[in-house]
Amino acid sequence: MSSNKETFGKTVGFVLAVCVVCALLVSFSAVQLKPLQQANKLLDQQTKILEAAGLLEKAGNEIVKTYNESVVARMIDLDSGEFIEGDVINFDERRNSRDKALSVKPENDLAGINRRSNSAVVYLIKNEAGAIDTVVLPIVGSGLWNLMFGYVGLEADLNTVKSVIYSDHSETPGLGAEVLNPKWKALWPGKKIYNNAGEVKVQLVKGGAKAGDIHGVDGLSGATLTSNGVTHTLQFWFGKEGYAPFIAKYRAEGVK
Amino acid sequence: MSSDAKKVLTGPIVDNNPIALQVLGICSALAVTSSMANALVMTLAVVFVTAFSNLFISIIRNHIPSSVRIIVQMAIIASLVIVVDQVLKAFSYQLSKELAVFVGLIITNCIVMGRAEAFAMKEKPVVSFLDGIGNGLGYGVILMLVAFFRELLGFGTLFGIEILPLVQNDGWYQANGLLVLPFSSFFVIGLIIWAIRQWKPEQVEKD
Repeated sequence: MSSNKETFGKTVGFVLAVCVVCALLVSFSAVQLKPLQQANKLLDQQTKILEAAGLLEKAGNEIVKTYNESVVARMIDLDSGEFIEGDVINFDERRNSRDKALSVKPENDLAGINRRSNSAVVYLIKNEAGAIDTVVLPIVGSGLWNLMFGYVGLEADLNTVKSVIYSDHSETPGLGAEVLNPKWKALWPGKKIYNNAGEVKVQLVKGGAKAGDIHGVDGLSGATLTSNGVTHTLQFWFGKEGYAPFIAKYRAEGVK
Repeated sequence: MSSDAKKVLTGPIVDNNPIALQVLGICSALAVTSSMANALVMTLAVVFVTAFSNLFISIIRNHIPSSVRIIVQMAIIASLVIVVDQVLKAFSYQLSKELAVFVGLIITNCIVMGRAEAFAMKEKPVVSFLDGIGNGLGYGVILMLVAFFRELLGFGTLFGIEILPLVQNDGWYQANGLLVLPFSSFFVIGLIIWAIRQWKPEQVEKD
């Protein structure tokens, strides 16, 4: 090592130069790739919503086109159940839940989410005739390891389940992660969220639901805690601190 | 290609494998080997990062003040890793979601740092670049091998294609739950090291 490159000034200068070059490289790639990344993220979300609506196969490679044609995203106020104006594209339930002004602490935090955003975005799916035949509601709740994010697709009666699609989770592969197994997902269509008295009855049943059980779905074998998480998440989000006010209002008044 | 360059490139794959012989970079080998697709992407990412960090560090090796050389190496490696992460997010969103934090953790992969410090600081750029590719591949070969066993026996699939039909899907194969979990890589890596040392006894450490 020659001594002339070890002076204080040269060292500082060299480090600064390296930092500038690295910073340029990083910011260039971040800025250049940003539009692509956002498009990917949006595409991922739209794919999940279409899957929850049962339109994924029909959409084929035309996710964005199908989404734009058939999905209307609307913001609602969860406490009153009314439609409100809001930025549905950049809405982020978890970001709102960290803001005390935009969220509340649920009285009965079944889903283990700590705080719940005051507003939510619901997705109304139009059929070819232009009538709304499916409503997709986002859900979030604790699984075994972390929060699990997903969507529930409901028929127009807002009681019959069309699908339960998880989009983001970190459950154990092979056990809890079986929420993504097509065979498990195929158990959902036709199940009812509420009983005739309007109580939330939907649940996962350990050891397998009895034949003819309209509220029960087989639990995930070997993943009791994930199954409980799914049950509690659904019971929270369809309960009175979740979508129940919206569902009641929607049934009475339809879309305004 | 001269025989020296070839040795630099292919040496790390078996004879001087960073995982099997030097036992470096084990942590990420545990985390991303539950499926072949993840392991492949991780391999490509590490090859890219080791190759280019070696190249850039070698180019400026005579100007790096030795008092801050580790920090300079880190800055270069970290920048490259961020670029890889950004590119993954832009072009392969699904995989980037699965690999998540582990791409970022390439920064702390001892193989990258080790090659920068041990090789690129002394050698010329081109040969350093080859050394980076070689070591990345050596890491990748083990990763893919581990992933092969873990995905096949843990999920009954390879690259997501069903090979052994699972009991859950009305097949006959009862998936091995152990191999689904990260720590099972220890066993697989151990067995691979044993197999390589049976084949090449000169790798066995003397007592």
